[in-house]
Amino acid sequence: MNIVDLMPFSVLVPLIASAIVALLPGRTLPWAVTFLAALISAIIAALTLPAATEVTLSYPFGNWPPPIGIEYRVDAANAFVALLVSSMASLALLWARTSVNREVPRRQGPFYALFLLALAGLLGITMTGDAFNVFVFLEISSLATYALVAYGSDRRALLAAFRYLIMGTIGATFLLIGIAFLYMMTGTLNMADMAERLPEVRDTRAVRAALAFIIVGLGLKLALLPLHLWLPNAYAYAPNFVTVFLAGTATKVALYVMLRFIFTVFAPDYSFVVLPLATVLMVLAVAGMFAGSWVAMFQVHLKRMLAYSSVAQVGYMVLGVSLVTTAGLTAAFLHLFNHALIKTALFMAIGTVMYQTNSIKIDDLRGLGRQMPWTMTAFALAGLSIIGVPTTAGFISKWYLILAAIDVQAWWLVGLIVLTSMMAVVYIWRVVEAAWMTKRPADLPTVREAPLSLLLPTWLLVALNFYFGLDTRLTVGAASAAADVMLGAGLGGAAP
Amino acid sequence: MSTVLSFFNYWVVVALMMIGFYCVIARGNMIKKIMGLNLFQTSVFILFVTSGKVTGGSTPILREGVEVYSNPLPHVIVLTAIVVGVAITSVGLALAVRIQEAYGTIEDDHLGDDDDDERLAWEARQRR
Repeated sequence: MNIVDLMPFSVLVPLIASAIVALLPGRTLPWAVTFLAALISAIIAALTLPAATEVTLSYPFGNWPPPIGIEYRVDAANAFVALLVSSMASLALLWARTSVNREVPRRQGPFYALFLLALAGLLGITMTGDAFNVFVFLEISSLATYALVAYGSDRRALLAAFRYLIMGTIGATFLLIGIAFLYMMTGTLNMADMAERLPEVRDTRAVRAALAFIIVGLGLKLALLPLHLWLPNAYAYAPNFVTVFLAGTATKVALYVMLRFIFTVFAPDYSFVVLPLATVLMVLAVAGMFAGSWVAMFQVHLKRMLAYSSVAQVGYMVLGVSLVTTAGLTAAFLHLFNHALIKTALFMAIGTVMYQTNSIKIDDLRGLGRQMPWTMTAFALAGLSIIGVPTTAGFISKWYLILAAIDVQAWWLVGLIVLTSMMAVVYIWRVVEAAWMTKRPADLPTVREAPLSLLLPTWLLVALNFYFGLDTRLTVGAASAAADVMLGAGLGGAAP
Repeated sequence: MSTVLSFFNYWVVVALMMIGFYCVIARGNMIKKIMGLNLFQTSVFILFVTSGKVTGGSTPILREGVEVYSNPLPHVIVLTAIVVGVAITSVGLALAVRIQEAYGTIEDDHLGDDDDDERLAWEARQRR
């Protein structure tokens, strides 16, 4: 069986497994099947990446040749994102078992089924070469995510899920309007075909409107600054495992789709010319970096603090995109990967604290450094990575982002990147200070170190943060290949 | 005048879209928000279906004596999108029911303020 025939199973295995898992009784069995499905999906994605880097793979469904049939079209860019999503899901599942047993005590089948649906949706978005298919998979993953967020034990999880549903649906519908306009103008839904036909109708109002609708719609999903309002509460009140999974994957996939539309469907010489897209994205990215970090510095609820930090980190990625250079896009893809590692590790550490202490407020963490040394050390080390200290993964992506900014002589951007990194020092330090520099007050309960089933996956992620901070061959190689594909003649879009 | 009338469907789409969008933004009641969302989505469906009409075209069923057919693809797409819309409505309504159970109201104006961590912490500091 060659890799092209195997490729669609990366999406199909979680999709089919979700139907099975929904019916499974008890707690162990659903988890085991879910983990197996995610692992198979990750292995297939890992096999796809080297092949897709060499040549763009295409799998026509039902043997209907595209553009009439629907195809999965995988190149260096989406193979990279698919590998990230499926491997982060597998790693998160290692951590999930103990945590989910606490938060979803009864039948876990439906919970894991929703998780697999979300995973299949995200992978489907990355792999498909069909614009309408993107919308459908986006809604599959979003619907599953709304339900997963609502599983949170706090009643505010329901409110967060409802608001996420409203904003997410508006975003997806905007995307649908954009796709409708593109379909009207080009008569096709296949992205590669669309990219070929668009130049003929490029100077029409409908195509310009389509671009605007698609960017706003995906901006909502991506949590780009003024459209980020759903994210902090959804992350804060979702079950810890769901937060760990979403923080590493959901916004990344939305960013990928946005890049796919901006660069391959519309081609950069169109999308960055008809709209002042570079300026808009840069301003929003910088604003996001500042506002996100600023608000994070004052949060009492630590999961919400990390969520606002995510808004800031999305800013870094979009900043890389807004430079419209290969270096900038490489930095964006690098940070997409590294930020997934960092945030997953941080949310795992905080989730472990929550598992042991039943609280997530910074005041309840006082003196915890001595009682839960392994957990808090993991948090601090992952914190170093988000700050961007050398030898960590976070340093690599910020370094490439700074190089990309220097490349276009944007020295002020370098200053801003360093400044917002300093703000990350502040919010990470607040936790470190509370955990180690203050004595545990007498009225707070004494807690013990977390079980190994939570600690080991967390430390695995922390180790990965340092591994990818030292050995950058895989990440930088894959990221620059992805950037080349996006800017070059990837799906048939013209080079700038 | 004729151009205005020939775009009749699009006027309807724009009107429905704005009514729906306004409903989502301006209404605090969650059921009304979901109704607005439905209206908003339906307007996009009409937009899609409109694009499939071929002037003088017949229903897309292969039969003798007919040369021009309307484009059936948008209808198929909209069917899928309707299914998505129904799923969103049902998830939204289910959440509204559970919010009603948890909070005793579905008016979204000040819901959740009671247990806002930052405000509680701030009030605790004021008392100290």
